[in-house]
Amino acid sequence: MRGLAEGPPGLQADDWPPCAQKIVGHIEESLRSTATPQITQALNVLTTTFSHCHDPWTQVLWVQLHPLVAALLQKDPVPAAHSLVDLLLSVARSPGLSSSSCGLWETLAQTLSHLSPTQAGLLALGILKLQDCPQALRAQAFAVLLQPLACVLQATAQGPGPSGLLDSTAADSVTADMLLPSKAACVGLLCQTLVHLELLLPLPQRPCPWPQAPLLGAAVTLLQLCRGSGSPASDAGRQLCALLLGCVRVQRAALDFLGTLSQETGPPELVTQVFAVLLEYLRSPDSSPTVLKKAFQATFRWLLSSPRTPGCSDLDSHTLLFLRELLPVLQKRLCSPCWEVRDSGLEFLTQMTRRWGGQAGFRHALLASEVPRLTEQLLRDPESYVRASAVTAMGQLSSQGLCVPPAGPEHPGSQQKSLLGELLHILSTDSEGFPRRAVMQVFTQWLRDSHADVVGDTEQFVAGVLQVAGQDLDWEVRAQGLELALVFLEQMLGPLRSHCPYAVTPPVAAPAGPLTQALQSLCRVRLFEFAFRALFDCDRPVAQKSCDLLLLLRAKTASSSSLQEPRSSPDVASVEAALQRWRAGDQAQPLGDLEPEVVLAVLRSMDLEGLRGALAESSDHVEKSPQSLLQDMLATVGILGENEADCY
Amino acid sequence: MKLYCLSGHPTLPCNVLKFKSTTIMLDCGLDMTSTLNFLPLPLVQSPRLSNLPGWSLKDGSAFLDKELKECSGHVFVDSVPEFCLPETELIDLSTVDVILISNYHCMMALPYITEHTGFTGTVYATEPTVQIGRLLMEELVNFIERVPKAQSASLWKNKDIQRLLPSPLKDAVEVSTWRRCYTMQEVNSALSKIQLVGYSQKIELFGAVQVTPLSSGYALGSSNWIIQSHYEKVSYVSGSSLLTTHPQPMDQASLKNSDVLILTGLTQIPTANPDGMVGEFCSNLALTVRNGGNVLVPCYPSGVIYDLLECLYQYIDSAGLSNIPFYFISPVANSSLEFSQIFAEWLCHNKQTKVYLPEPPFPHAELIQTNKLKHYPSLHGDFSSDFRQPCVVFTGHPSLRFGDVVHFMELWGKSSLNTVIFTEPDFSYLEALAPYQPLAMKCIYCPIDTRLNFIQVSKLLKEVQPLHVVCPEQYTQPPPAQSHRMDLMIDCQPPAMSYRRAEVLALPFKRRYEKIEIMPELADALVPMEIKPGISLATVSAVLHTKDNKHVLQPPPRPAQPIGGKKRKRASEDIPDCKVLKPLLSGSIPVEQFVQTLEKHGFSDIKVEDTAKGHIVLLQEAETLIQIEEDSTHIICDNDEMLRVRLRDLVLKFLQKF
Repeated sequence: MRGLAEGPPGLQADDWPPCAQKIVGHIEESLRSTATPQITQALNVLTTTFSHCHDPWTQVLWVQLHPLVAALLQKDPVPAAHSLVDLLLSVARSPGLSSSSCGLWETLAQTLSHLSPTQAGLLALGILKLQDCPQALRAQAFAVLLQPLACVLQATAQGPGPSGLLDSTAADSVTADMLLPSKAACVGLLCQTLVHLELLLPLPQRPCPWPQAPLLGAAVTLLQLCRGSGSPASDAGRQLCALLLGCVRVQRAALDFLGTLSQETGPPELVTQVFAVLLEYLRSPDSSPTVLKKAFQATFRWLLSSPRTPGCSDLDSHTLLFLRELLPVLQKRLCSPCWEVRDSGLEFLTQMTRRWGGQAGFRHALLASEVPRLTEQLLRDPESYVRASAVTAMGQLSSQGLCVPPAGPEHPGSQQKSLLGELLHILSTDSEGFPRRAVMQVFTQWLRDSHADVVGDTEQFVAGVLQVAGQDLDWEVRAQGLELALVFLEQMLGPLRSHCPYAVTPPVAAPAGPLTQALQSLCRVRLFEFAFRALFDCDRPVAQKSCDLLLLLRAKTASSSSLQEPRSSPDVASVEAALQRWRAGDQAQPLGDLEPEVVLAVLRSMDLEGLRGALAESSDHVEKSPQSLLQDMLATVGILGENEADCY
Repeated sequence: MKLYCLSGHPTLPCNVLKFKSTTIMLDCGLDMTSTLNFLPLPLVQSPRLSNLPGWSLKDGSAFLDKELKECSGHVFVDSVPEFCLPETELIDLSTVDVILISNYHCMMALPYITEHTGFTGTVYATEPTVQIGRLLMEELVNFIERVPKAQSASLWKNKDIQRLLPSPLKDAVEVSTWRRCYTMQEVNSALSKIQLVGYSQKIELFGAVQVTPLSSGYALGSSNWIIQSHYEKVSYVSGSSLLTTHPQPMDQASLKNSDVLILTGLTQIPTANPDGMVGEFCSNLALTVRNGGNVLVPCYPSGVIYDLLECLYQYIDSAGLSNIPFYFISPVANSSLEFSQIFAEWLCHNKQTKVYLPEPPFPHAELIQTNKLKHYPSLHGDFSSDFRQPCVVFTGHPSLRFGDVVHFMELWGKSSLNTVIFTEPDFSYLEALAPYQPLAMKCIYCPIDTRLNFIQVSKLLKEVQPLHVVCPEQYTQPPPAQSHRMDLMIDCQPPAMSYRRAEVLALPFKRRYEKIEIMPELADALVPMEIKPGISLATVSAVLHTKDNKHVLQPPPRPAQPIGGKKRKRASEDIPDCKVLKPLLSGSIPVEQFVQTLEKHGFSDIKVEDTAKGHIVLLQEAETLIQIEEDSTHIICDNDEMLRVRLRDLVLKFLQKF
């Protein structure tokens, strides 16, 4: 059809070339077929066509095929329902078709009512995502989406009357039959519904008004049913309870959904219920590790959304009360024999501390608990993931001054020092990469935030960290070392990286001292030796990062004329020679103490741009080059004689 | 077949089954929850407990103040603790032929039955059951005997007085039958009546029935029992587990095709998952110890403690608790830990294979070697010099009424740093704690019950498909506190029959067949006649000889015996009457052909009516009626013997004789 683009668009099907007519004929025949695979294939072909081609002729095609597609709905069950949904949505999304003129809305409405709840859910979500769609159809689609949850609410309602999710007439027609026949069907439908609603919530075109309160109620009810803690009055409710009891899939989906619902507020009594059910899940010994993780995430999101007292940034009294109940639970979870649980507990703690670490109520509650001390003990956990999370959590706690219970005046900050020592110990001795990476991130953050421990003797700190990080076998640790070096550079020399031009306030330039002093400081911490070593790192990301850092440094110092250039001094030559050896792979020899002038001279003489270009090449560029092909061929010929026995 | 239900406790059953000519007692559990009504027996004189105020009636009369003491709002009996025995009046227990024991928790009432009821039979149990059961009994006797109490209260048991008492004393059942603990002598005598059996061993009881223990997966040596005759099978399921813990896995396949399945001993905490509870146990333990507190675990000296020690073995290093001492205090601690290592054949496969390596099956051996776990018979002696805090103490009794645990409750109860963790599900922890209130120490309830839950039961029943299920009434409805939990009850078709204490159930099942042997010479003499393809018949004349519940057909004493015989079982050894018997008939009468024959023989005006069971042939002229049914034919005619004989001969033409 594209080939005919020069001529008229061919709005009459009769004008279409014979091969196109033949294809259309075949599709028509397939759509009339009774064999589902054939129908599926035809629908898939049409879906591909409508989603990739928006020419005017597609409208003609749709008008022609539309009755056949609509006829599929008359069959029971509707064949190839999934493909049909895909097709209808792709047609609805196609800008080439004016949806109102070709009966698409009617077909969509009809399809919604004909498909089974599971199949209709996807279509309903697709319809609700459409930009221009009749209000009635949107309402119908939303009702389809809400129906399973309306069933749940209806089955568990204490008294008669509409559940609040669907209006009374719709609710009357709602039966729990579609949920109850089997556990698999019930769980599948509920999980799908929850995921669809979760996807819909953040969209600007989501239905308005959004039934926040009934949805919250439904999520809470589902979670209660899964724990067996709800007390449904009806038989249907009891049956539902038996189906959902202990179902981890529904628990996970409902917790995710509940977390997403935190974007909106709800009536206070429901919010109280939300916190109660979350606490129940966090407390329950039967919550599986994945469910617990989701419960922690949902709790954090709800805590984030909890109302603030006007004019006061601290947590409100309800939240503080909740926090006081939550911390003993967290304490226990940090001692769990299951490492996943300890890990998600620590992540939750880190999130909370990052968010509320500065607020008096939170600080007071946390310091009154055993949580900080337990976290410190988890730095020695046998599981590396837990150690890594503990490092991050301790870094965060320490940044906020929450590491120690209020120390006596005789040992101010004594434990803080030991934390730095402990983290350095982990960095230099831990056998696993994750904790070491976490330490590097904490150190970088500490340097950035001018953490009290670091400020005392920044140079010694940076020197120590770079020395250990430079010898690490994990490239991410080395790369993180470069990040730390960059932060240090910026503190010494002022901002190096270009900042976002749209930033509201221009970044405050660090009070950079005279360049020479700054460079001397960099030399003292052996930053250059670290960076040069990284430049020839066998892992490309490390080398790239180092190259970028050195380029930034060179640009920063280029404008300065305060430094003499001892271009031809023997020092420069020996450093360049050493670097040549490093590049060749022999990194045994250290560079020794460097002078700023020598470093600058070496920097200027190096082809850093060239190196950056080479590093930017993809890792298989050598293999892809013709030269490599030739080498391969030669190598094959060379070894052919030796490998005659090799059958392939 | 009848079932006499002597215990109302679903996990401590005691039932008597009358099956064929045998009387079989299934378990004899001892309900020890009665001890919760008594004051604790402190090992060391406790000023607090000895100075409790006496309790007086509402009208001020204080005649009970020596027997009843008030403690934090509860009233306790100040006396030697007493136990609630199985019902002894419902059936004459001296008629019990055998007692089958399922596991060591279900034999604690054995001395009461074997020593005081005139019981003369045999007790069957596996070796670990007996050995560990002995340890439990020994511990119990020791706990109670080492704190002699002069007083034995009985006034309060008077029915008229009991009515006036506050709950739970008021509601206690059968208090008049409550008994003090047995002595070691009685224990030894009772245990001497036990005969040891192995899994799948077939034991003949008087030739009438065969009993077989099967592995039940709950505890070392724990068993379910099959009680079967040639044509009937009764399964007794008690205390079984499908979880992978230390014992041999449960044998489910052998329970198939039962006529009746008696189901007891399900988990007492159906809502708690043992895995979650073990996690909870470890977390709380670590949390307490890290805060410098001590942990007290009231427990039995065998069973779940092995699994707990194994979990802790894996957990303590990761939780940084390697330096915390674990103490196991029980008069039988040493024997229990040692015994567990020698019953290799009764362990799960994993542990069995360890026996072939140079390592013991349970890792608690390593804990002992490395001095992390220490065990003592009592808190007196070595323990007091080794004692180091913070620590974890495992000790009995879980009721908190006697044993070393009483001392630790008094010692540690005042500090909120310490924690008591309840892992045994047999006692309500709130009731157990009642005499220690007010209590500062933390209390954690982590009941670990590995027995079958309702989901597992429903799967089991689907798989083994018994014709009838019999269970305690508690299992046929959801627990009262969670009446909406329809999943917390047995759901099967036909609905399970339920029983309660002191009830006699007639089991819904009739015996229809009995196996009889034929002597070879008699069998030789039979001349079978094929009456249908594949079915041959022969008449037998013989003497039915019955001895030890075995029935044998022997050739009759007189060789020239006319044909005849009796198929039915008879206990007499008389020579049977030998009158000449009419030939036996077989076959069926095709109505159409029969009518044609009648017509051929001159009968006319024949009418045939179909009935529910066959046909009626009406000879209207002769006013005669021939009823033809599957197993009988009647000729009804009015005083016309000639006609009747004619018709009879016509009928006989269609039948075979032999």
